[in-house]
Amino acid sequence: MRKVAIVGLGQTPVREHWGSNLRDLAVTALRDAMEDAGVETLDGVTVGNMLSGALSEQEHLGALIADYAGLEGVEGMKIEAACGSGAAAIRMAVKAVASGLMDSVGVVGVEKLTEFSGKFSTASLATAADADYEITMGLSFVGINALLMRRYLHDYNYDRNDFAIFPVNAHHNAQYNPNAMFRHPITAEQYAKSKIIADPINILDSSPIADGAAALIVVAQENLSQFKGKPISILACEVGTDTVALDNREELLWLKGAERSVKKAYHVSGLSVKDIDFYEPHDAFSIMTALSMEASGFAEKGQAIKFADKVDIGLKGKLPLNVCGGLKGRGHPVGATGVYQVVEAAQQIRGEVPPELQLERNHIGMIQNIGGSGATVITTILKKIGK
Amino acid sequence: MSEIMKPARDVGIVGYGAYVPVYRLPASEISNQWRSGHDLNFLPIKQKSVPGMDEDVITMSIEASKNALKRAGIHPKDIRAIWVGSESHPYAVKPSGTVVGEVLNIIPNILSADMEFACKAGTEAIQAATAFIGSSMGDYALAIGMDTAQGRPGDALEYTAAAGGAAFIMGPAEKSLAVVEGSFSYVTDTPDFFRRAYQKYPEHGNRFTGEPAYFKHITESVKALLKGLNLKPSDFTAAVFHQPNVKFPQNVAKMLGFSKEQIKYGLLSGMIGNTYAGSSVIGLTDILDHSHAGDRILLASFGSGAGSDAFSLMVTNKIKNAVKKAPLTMDYVDRSISVNYGLYARWRNKIIME
Amino acid sequence: MDIPRYWRLKDQRYRLQGRKCKDCGNLSFPPRLVCQKCKSRKSVPHEFKGLGKLYTYTAIYQAPDRFDPMVPYIVGLIDLEEGVRITAQVTDVLPEDVVIGMDLEMVIRKIYADGDKGPILYGYKFRPILKKMTA
Repeated sequence: MRKVAIVGLGQTPVREHWGSNLRDLAVTALRDAMEDAGVETLDGVTVGNMLSGALSEQEHLGALIADYAGLEGVEGMKIEAACGSGAAAIRMAVKAVASGLMDSVGVVGVEKLTEFSGKFSTASLATAADADYEITMGLSFVGINALLMRRYLHDYNYDRNDFAIFPVNAHHNAQYNPNAMFRHPITAEQYAKSKIIADPINILDSSPIADGAAALIVVAQENLSQFKGKPISILACEVGTDTVALDNREELLWLKGAERSVKKAYHVSGLSVKDIDFYEPHDAFSIMTALSMEASGFAEKGQAIKFADKVDIGLKGKLPLNVCGGLKGRGHPVGATGVYQVVEAAQQIRGEVPPELQLERNHIGMIQNIGGSGATVITTILKKIGK
Repeated sequence: MSEIMKPARDVGIVGYGAYVPVYRLPASEISNQWRSGHDLNFLPIKQKSVPGMDEDVITMSIEASKNALKRAGIHPKDIRAIWVGSESHPYAVKPSGTVVGEVLNIIPNILSADMEFACKAGTEAIQAATAFIGSSMGDYALAIGMDTAQGRPGDALEYTAAAGGAAFIMGPAEKSLAVVEGSFSYVTDTPDFFRRAYQKYPEHGNRFTGEPAYFKHITESVKALLKGLNLKPSDFTAAVFHQPNVKFPQNVAKMLGFSKEQIKYGLLSGMIGNTYAGSSVIGLTDILDHSHAGDRILLASFGSGAGSDAFSLMVTNKIKNAVKKAPLTMDYVDRSISVNYGLYARWRNKIIME
Repeated sequence: MDIPRYWRLKDQRYRLQGRKCKDCGNLSFPPRLVCQKCKSRKSVPHEFKGLGKLYTYTAIYQAPDRFDPMVPYIVGLIDLEEGVRITAQVTDVLPEDVVIGMDLEMVIRKIYADGDKGPILYGYKFRPILKKMTA
């Protein structure tokens, strides 16, 4: 297998993009990434997206985006793995380049969630869960995470307000990220008073529905001299899966998919949890951050909140989390999210994020993108290419 | 006067079960909403049952029938007919009975239909089942009287229009916990209360619903039944009459010569309201819960339009074991989650959305 | 109107019919073609009794379109007596009275109506046990 790297980055701000359609968002991010990499064409394009069919009445994104991006004739396909679609698309690109089948693959994650009413988007997002046995019981995606959080509070004796630590951190960081949806800090007091959506989850536990696109170019490290973009090494991009339905899981509060994915990622990278300088968990809901930290080996079972408090997850802390604002602060354009996470981590390692967000220790970043409530988990590890 | 009705083969009730939703709307809520409480001292009942948002005649029939099956102790597939009597079937076209039959594993070798005769649709189903078993077309049939009645907001009937009912498995007399000694049905064209097709709420003739309708039809059916069976009111342990409120059944009992003691069980309208097609029959289930072998029970329904079915039932020694096999009617009547008028109006689709 | 799906799933929705593995006896709900434990493809239908305990729950205040008329409502994970965990609504109880570990029994209720014209979907929900029957 060849070693792979990222040589180009692109992203649109995460917003309610009333004036842009799916293809224009995707093409903007992809062409920015291509310019950054210094390439005119690509061997292939993978598109991470979840809901283009349901919410834009548009499928067949691979060919559409290749065409509109000026890449007529280039192989293109859409990859779907619910909220994990973005990283799943990266995984496909890594496989293509590492195997030698392709030399350069563009990955673009794109999502438009604001085309229809919020309730319709809520129903569409719920398709990440089991349609016959979860969704027809009236579960929303928030509801599924609420089931997890309720049991977590019960088993580990936390108060709901203890979870404020994660969204407060995410919002703090997001204020410095020009591409973030929410550029204002929040306080623990505001968290405590915020509106309940699916008890015990409140609005400040929940990442916002948004539009956006992010893109990156994956190439072989042996060919780095052909590209102008500052390269970042992809040490791992590994997938683990679990049951789609929560009720069929072996242990409700253990993200087995995350454990499987992380174990593979540590194995192929030769690293361990101690080597990680900063971590980008999939904080679609606060509870997901806690479960992700535990299954990924950062904290013991039930200890994620105490651990986060102890190590300090802030920008000056020992384990900075969600450095560019995470899903909570930057926003969660679902199929694009996994690509945003990796683009931001790559910027961090390059030293290209706004100065307030630039970390002291920024050589190795780990990113976790989660589809559904943990059925597809993709863990990516990026590293500075040392000379 | 014609003779009483009696099937060729003796028939009885093999199993019975009741159902009442858990929610209650106090009559005072309606009084306060529509009359500033000025009739608070003259309310026809204390409270009425309200179906939850996820309940209808089908779901309620399923639970009542499940209780009836537990008491009957027969295999569901032994049932060969399902009749559901109601004026609030969830579908205008699509039988309620097929869902009940599918859930309870009674299908597919059955016949099934929805019945409508205002508040006597339940006893109409019992009559059909009695005839069906009595003629030996089958050994068991399921007869249900169940309603989620709607009253026009602010109307006198809104105080009482309620949800609940009962299910009966009719079968051969030798397997029965109560044997049908005979019945009599009395019907005329009397437009005291009706609901036209596609209308949400019924219309009624106010005081006309009393003497020429309710009292006339019940007294005719009961008198004919007693005469035909050569019985007098004192031969009965208990009696239950259609109960649109508390006063009407008390008055008709008195007119016919039944004592307060004889109607002490089964008169549930004060606690749950008028459950329409389920009204007289749920009263019967409460009486059966409290009965002993050798008890004789009078059941007299009334349905607007108008008619009355009267039955004389003789309780057998099978009652003792049957009663405890399923929840008692009072287990349903006694439970209660109070709702206010706003929630009730929302749940019962009384708020016009578009 | 997803009529075929509504019809196809009625054994599950009406009677909690899952599968029992013929090789290892493992029970599954929803029914699976391959045993989760021993991977056998041989199984027979198995009806669950419909008694269980609440493992976790949530009260939904913002619901997908078709459930919106019913908010707030409660959805829970229920551990059935037979050792299988399922997802279902908890009904006939106020959100403030729901507690983890409470005993529940299956009832058949309306899950949702497909608008004013479409079919009404019925299926299992769970409620606090009405009465412990000794018989």
